[in-house]
Amino acid sequence: MLAFLISAIRLGMTFLFGCTGEIITEKSGHLNLGIPGVMCVGASCGCYAEYIYLDMAKRNADPFLAVFIPIVATIVGGALMGLVYSFLTVTLRANQNVTGLALTTFGVGVSDFMIAKTGPIYSKGTKYFTAPLPFAEETGWFGEIFLSHGVLIYLAIIIAFVASFVLTKTKVGLNLRSVGENPATADAAGINVSLYRYLATCIGCGIAGLGGLSFVMDYLHGNWEYCIDAIGWLAIALVIFTVWKPNLAIIGSIVFGGLYIASSYITGVSFANKEIFKMLPYVVTIVVLVITSIRDKKENQPPQSLGLSYFREER
Amino acid sequence: MVNTKKAKAQLFHIVKREPLAWYYALLIRAAAIVLALIVSAVVITLLTEKNPIEVYASMINGAFGSSLRIWSLLQNIAILLCVSLAVTPAFKMRFWNCGAEGQVLVGGLATVSVMMFLGDKLPTPVLFLVMLIASVLAGVIWAVLPAVTKALWNTNETLFTLMMNYVAIQLVAFFLKTFVKNGSGVLSPMPQYGLPLLFGKAYLLNIVIVAILTVLVYIYLKYTKQGYEISVVGQSENTAKYIGINVKKVIVRTLVVSGALCGIAGLLIVGATNHTISTDTVGGRGFTAIMVSWLAKFNPIFMVFTTFLIVFLEKGSQQISTDFRIPNAISDIVTGIILFFVIGCEFFLQYKIVFAKSGKENA
Amino acid sequence: MSNKAAIELKNITKTFGSVVANKDVSLTVNRGEILSILGENGSGKTTLMNMISGIYFPDSGQIYIDGEPVLIRSPKDAFDYKIGMIHQHFKLVDVFSATENIILGLKSKEKFSIKEAAKKVAEISNKYGFEIDPAKKIYEMSVSEKQTVEIIKVLYRGADILILDEPTAVLTPQETQKLFSVLRRMRDDGKAIIIITHKLHEVLSLSDRVAVLRKGEYIGTVETAATNESELTEMMVGKKISLNIERSEPKNVADRLVVNGLDCINRDGVKVLDDVSFTARSGEILGIAGIAGSGQRELLEAIAGLQKVDSGEIYYNNPKTKATDNLRDKTPMQIRELGVRLSFVPEDRLGMGLVGDMDIVDNMMLRSYRKGKSMFLERKAPKDLAMRIIEDLEVVTPNENTPVRRLSGGNVQKVLVGREIAASPTVLMAAYPVRGLDINSSYTIYNLLNNQKEKGVAVIFVGEDLDVLIELCDRILVIGGGRVTGIVDGRTASKEEIGLLMTKSAKGEGDE
Repeated sequence: MLAFLISAIRLGMTFLFGCTGEIITEKSGHLNLGIPGVMCVGASCGCYAEYIYLDMAKRNADPFLAVFIPIVATIVGGALMGLVYSFLTVTLRANQNVTGLALTTFGVGVSDFMIAKTGPIYSKGTKYFTAPLPFAEETGWFGEIFLSHGVLIYLAIIIAFVASFVLTKTKVGLNLRSVGENPATADAAGINVSLYRYLATCIGCGIAGLGGLSFVMDYLHGNWEYCIDAIGWLAIALVIFTVWKPNLAIIGSIVFGGLYIASSYITGVSFANKEIFKMLPYVVTIVVLVITSIRDKKENQPPQSLGLSYFREER
Repeated sequence: MVNTKKAKAQLFHIVKREPLAWYYALLIRAAAIVLALIVSAVVITLLTEKNPIEVYASMINGAFGSSLRIWSLLQNIAILLCVSLAVTPAFKMRFWNCGAEGQVLVGGLATVSVMMFLGDKLPTPVLFLVMLIASVLAGVIWAVLPAVTKALWNTNETLFTLMMNYVAIQLVAFFLKTFVKNGSGVLSPMPQYGLPLLFGKAYLLNIVIVAILTVLVYIYLKYTKQGYEISVVGQSENTAKYIGINVKKVIVRTLVVSGALCGIAGLLIVGATNHTISTDTVGGRGFTAIMVSWLAKFNPIFMVFTTFLIVFLEKGSQQISTDFRIPNAISDIVTGIILFFVIGCEFFLQYKIVFAKSGKENA
Repeated sequence: MSNKAAIELKNITKTFGSVVANKDVSLTVNRGEILSILGENGSGKTTLMNMISGIYFPDSGQIYIDGEPVLIRSPKDAFDYKIGMIHQHFKLVDVFSATENIILGLKSKEKFSIKEAAKKVAEISNKYGFEIDPAKKIYEMSVSEKQTVEIIKVLYRGADILILDEPTAVLTPQETQKLFSVLRRMRDDGKAIIIITHKLHEVLSLSDRVAVLRKGEYIGTVETAATNESELTEMMVGKKISLNIERSEPKNVADRLVVNGLDCINRDGVKVLDDVSFTARSGEILGIAGIAGSGQRELLEAIAGLQKVDSGEIYYNNPKTKATDNLRDKTPMQIRELGVRLSFVPEDRLGMGLVGDMDIVDNMMLRSYRKGKSMFLERKAPKDLAMRIIEDLEVVTPNENTPVRRLSGGNVQKVLVGREIAASPTVLMAAYPVRGLDINSSYTIYNLLNNQKEKGVAVIFVGEDLDVLIELCDRILVIGGGRVTGIVDGRTASKEEIGLLMTKSAKGEGDE
């Protein structure tokens, strides 16, 4: 049972990165359906950076750098995808859905390419990502339960809390929300709508990219054999359930993690029927989606101008 | 009092332009594609360290190099075009059906089930008919569920249809694990129950069927009352209500059409081409189709060209991957790059950039 | 005076595609004065002001502030020059509170604190005499509260040049008076105030000087004290006009539509129609007067079958079958199937009456496409109709295959009204049919309505210009806060009388 829970949390953090990233993006009014692609590219960049570093460092790899370098590479990779998306949708005013899907096609292509080209060679790096925090052992039982997990798990939770704080308690958050709600108003108030959209999307994509890295390096232990686009779609769905609140996303993503892996932990089920259990997260998503739409509450609505481009002189 | 604001003159601003002549619009699109091909060539060259000319030659060779390849190109165009036709009515109505992948897959699953369980029990013509009905029905069910909830409660159809894709994939995985006797999960093809060959040509039937469908969908959207209602609902739901269109009914009805066409695509892939199924049978066409349809401005005739472009790239890239021993996924990367450019170029069709006559005028 | 010019425009020109919105406009505003910008709908007032506030950028010309040439490329630049604009359509975020909206986009070195900001908002409110709850969410506010938030927003930013775009369009007279006294207080405080309007009496009672625009061109500026209504009207419309609308005596009058005790509660739980009863008769024009948003739209939509009704009945007396049908809770389709020939020209022309991206022929087809059993569309008749309307109503368009979005406002309206009349209705409802139209197009529309009346149609006309209502309509129903506050005879009623009834709304009862 505990193994299940820990596993759920570890997978959940992948969702959490994706979800937090997409929340930030959506708050700016961008419905980014490219998140699966962003996660793929993020993972590709991070993993490849790790591979290169470990190859260069040979035996004396520094545990900090072995984690830090891939994280930076992932964020850069994700943010670059965000930049492409923003350039197309903000500067060139392209349709957001189509741009997002193109991003996903591209991203999936990149990660499939990586998987095929390099194979599951990333397991060497995974030990750095799953290593407990340095002071875990000294704190006894407390450390064992709370501090002995991979660094990305803590990073995901910290980012979610920070995002939550920034969105609700700061000026930047207020400005960002206004851009997503009513860009004409934000513009009239002197907020640089394009800049906010660019930044929110790039930062969001950088964070979402970490989800890909966490999935491959932490959850899969580096045995990257298949594409992770399904995770990306679920992360987007999760945004709706958590009503655009990153702190709620922490719990939501763990639940999703649990659902996703439930099939492997259920005993007494035939090999074939497990495939039916794997439907669980998708079916639950659909059910919740329908229920929330029936309830239709005012405060649980998406940002008002989600999915719409903004052009000041449009008339 | 020096005002820094004054120093920075407005160099350019963007204005909406009058509609362009068709040849000019075509020119811009062509330019975008050429640009995209150059960028793709650079990417491929970096990955393969080969001369880009060689790469292009390989691409063209892959698409048109032999009569077999040309047939394969046409076949792939037919299938992708069929899926694109399927999503088009929904998109024209602004219903973001991202579930073609799943709708086609269940159509294929229905076909393969009929072939497997009824193949030796029914006379051939009846078998084909049952295959058709089963695949269409499956596709319709997969498409109508999100449509009904959208009509009743305005449920987000993008996510609903996306999730349905994975439900379909798991269903196929379950099917394969349960009914493939040797436990390999790979179903060996059953060509004996496949749709007949037309004039002895392997893919001709698909091509003919899709050609007919293209014309039918074009007529449906442009010349029928139902097609007209789809346009009105897509353009303005308020206007639709104002003139007494039952919007809910139109949503569901359109998705029945969309799902049925997806079912037929499933039938063509499984019943007339592969004669088997795997979770990867549709291979992302459900998503590519969305872009094909959108790039063609939801016009079925234009879609023939956009499909050709995408499939040409795919086939060409596959050839590159065999010729230069790089992974097959290169075709997705190239497709992605091309899409970025083509999506981006739409901007230049709608807007123009006006440069200030003199940047220093006011400084 | 001239050395105190707060803002000066020189030769400003702005075009949108082929439409010239402003041509060679020059004017000045001084500190400590209120300047009215007067012009008809579509004369380019708002476009001009949008260029001062950084929403649009002029194609040519120069703006000076305190004598210095400046470039205003964005609203942010405008703020830096202490220019604040209060738009006609409020630029507020619905789910934010008043304070959150007010501090939105502010760059300050102080720590971000909603509490501190709310205190400052209260200070400003006291200084000028506003009443506002800083914590209230915008979607819970009345129109006048929203406007107050907008004004405080620009004051909070220290604006000393204020531009108000049609600020009184949505206000009751009491609220208008309150607003005017606040504006006067600000003027006395040394601020430069520009108010855009087309209401002459407001110009005369509030402003120090008046600048007049006509069809995008600058006509001139006059001292308010030295002018009068007729001179301003002449400047505004180009020639002296008395509204000579021919009004015939109603003939063969019969009760066509009887509305009885209509109640309607909208999605937010607000009672938008409250016990509305009236009768529309064939062969006459029934005008509906009221402040914008008093329930006019809901009333017409309820009759057309587009708005859910909570109680009350809508009876239609069919002249052919002599039957009486209740239209309540019927869909537009069911109403048509009953044989009710009801035509409706909605307020939102391109969003409801027409499909902007479709051409004129396809828009004609909206009404008629269902005809016949064939599953295919029949485009011949709609095309003929389109040609006929283009010719009869002098629609300016390249051809009948032009998307209606590309037509000018007046031509769009001609297409819509033409189509609705072509259905040979027995009841014709038109909501603000001349809004945004030039004088000539407006008269085309008035004549069309009059023709319909003479043909025995029961015409319902929702208007905003009281002069027009009085000259055009046989009877005028006045609506205030969702209630019928009076029905007067168009031949005898005075503007003052109607104005008074308009303000006798449920909303106004509590106020003084």
